[in-house]
Amino acid sequence: MKTETKPKSDLYWRANLRLLALLLSIWFLVSFGFGIFWRDFFDQWSIGGAPLGFWFSQQGSIYVFVILIFAYSFLMNRLEKRFAQEGEPKQ
Amino acid sequence: MNDIQIWTWSFVILSFSLYIGIAVWARAATTGEFYVAGQGVPPLLNGMATAADWMSAASFISMAGIIAFVGYDGSVYLMGWTGGYVLLALLLAPYLRKFGKFTVPDFIGDRYYSNLARVVAVICAIFISFTYIAGQMRGVGIVFSRFLEIDVELGVMIGMLIVFFYAVLGGMKGITYTQIAQFCVLIFAYLVPAIFISLMVTNTPIPQLGLIGNTGGEPLLAKLDGLTRELGFTPYLAGKKSMIDMTAITLALMVGTAGLPHVIIRFFTVPKVSDARISAGWALLFIALLYTTAPAVAAFARLNFIETVNGSVYEASDETATPEWFKTWENTGLLSWDDKNNDGKLDYHGGPQNEVNVNRDIMVLANPEIANLPPWVVALVAAGGLAAALSTAAGLLLVISSSISHDLAKRVLFKGLSDQNELLTARLAAIVAIVAAGYLGINPPGFVAQVVAFAFGLAAASFFPVIVLGIFTKFANKWGAVFGMLGGIGFTMSYIIWFKFIHPEANLPENWLWGISPEGIGVVGMMINFALVLVISRLTAPPPPNVIAMIEDVRQPE
Repeated sequence: MKTETKPKSDLYWRANLRLLALLLSIWFLVSFGFGIFWRDFFDQWSIGGAPLGFWFSQQGSIYVFVILIFAYSFLMNRLEKRFAQEGEPKQ
Repeated sequence: MNDIQIWTWSFVILSFSLYIGIAVWARAATTGEFYVAGQGVPPLLNGMATAADWMSAASFISMAGIIAFVGYDGSVYLMGWTGGYVLLALLLAPYLRKFGKFTVPDFIGDRYYSNLARVVAVICAIFISFTYIAGQMRGVGIVFSRFLEIDVELGVMIGMLIVFFYAVLGGMKGITYTQIAQFCVLIFAYLVPAIFISLMVTNTPIPQLGLIGNTGGEPLLAKLDGLTRELGFTPYLAGKKSMIDMTAITLALMVGTAGLPHVIIRFFTVPKVSDARISAGWALLFIALLYTTAPAVAAFARLNFIETVNGSVYEASDETATPEWFKTWENTGLLSWDDKNNDGKLDYHGGPQNEVNVNRDIMVLANPEIANLPPWVVALVAAGGLAAALSTAAGLLLVISSSISHDLAKRVLFKGLSDQNELLTARLAAIVAIVAAGYLGINPPGFVAQVVAFAFGLAAASFFPVIVLGIFTKFANKWGAVFGMLGGIGFTMSYIIWFKFIHPEANLPENWLWGISPEGIGVVGMMINFALVLVISRLTAPPPPNVIAMIEDVRQPE
């Protein structure tokens, strides 16, 4: 039984790690990337009356953070459901 | 007693009765209820409680003021104190909830099969929590003294009494439901004046839109940036910090946030692993309400301050007169004017001839008066500040009490301790912790203001690396964890103590390691911790099979 469930749990874990890598790259990009490293570059555009790089460092990054967590929660629930369904008939 | 004080007393008494009522209703009967509220808190409500737990007196009273004076540099707090929730939700909370025990040292002690690691974790948790809690108690006293003109000491004691009620009686269960009430009070108290000042300065009721909007026909931020340059202040949109220091501080605050034990344990209180994930989303959404409003309030308040105060005539009664609120707040010592050139005008600028001294907290505290709002709004800000400070203090108290009664007494010293006796120990520990915190609030060691960097730096350098490696690797072992935590904390502490206490005069960018200030040095401590765990674990015996099985279990869905 253990040998049967193991590959499945590995697949689940790997899918989770891929998702983490994707979401954490976005997390890094919008805060450190847009708000700090390339701030001056992004400041050439503006959103309303605010330079874009500055806006990301004080507003935009926070909005993206909120979306990232809800997205992770949604995608993980879907992933768990998929693996639970696939797992049942085998056992 | 004036109108404002009558309103303030009413709000304070009303909100405090509510907190006590909740405490009596939510008495804890078992250790499970005392430590993790019986793991029955719905995710949305846990999100509110986490938001109140997290947003302290500093977030509520001081943050907007700091941003108002440092402009772009203030972004480190905005990104740092919110971005940490992404790390928490993705890397820590779901797995720690799956682990299913009561405290952070619980996880570290079990995962690294070592009571030594457990005790090191307990010491870190207690130290981090005490540095933080002293500031909260002080915050309670300061709100009382500024709004109600009673002694700071008496204010601290009233705060102690209230926290005593719901933390000792209700434990996590009592704390959770009071924090939910406190969140509602504090967010309402923050948003109402913010909306009015946004209307006043930018003609839009939504502060987040006001920040990117216009004032008097030109973009608000451009105008503010121009004014600060003209008057010789740090330019609002430019800031002074170097790129490496901005990066280090932001990352240290993010990782520190994710590693703070009083935040982590909030995710032990929800029923399921999936609840822990969504709950972190709700928490950050509620936090973002305040954190995206703060930079807007900062910009409005600074612009308004410069425009109405600079060049105004103190004794005049026409439109050139110094605003009335300036004179009111002069009495509190938060504002002062020294007419250096004897022209009767307030000269406010960045040079040595500046005549106006401003305490940064004024930007939030005086907002209602600046916007000409009725006395009940001023009173609301007082109640909000108290709610922010009390809710954070209670969460920290629980960490201290559970570290002592559960991790130290039950898991290390007296393994046969019954549930009832453990609960009694937890309550006694909470009482001792409240008295100690109150003492620190009344007799603040001179360094309280400077040790915030400590709490985050230590959390970043101690807990975060060993928890993450404990979940995401199977080979990290007990010697790695023990030396990793000690090495990370040892380095971070030495660096902060060196520049903050031993040689404060040398605390300058040219002396810093790689240009990283003591505020951001937790990042280097974290890397040292990571490196030590990875290297030492490879050189010593791998974890036993039952620990490997535990890691595999933590990684799997329910």
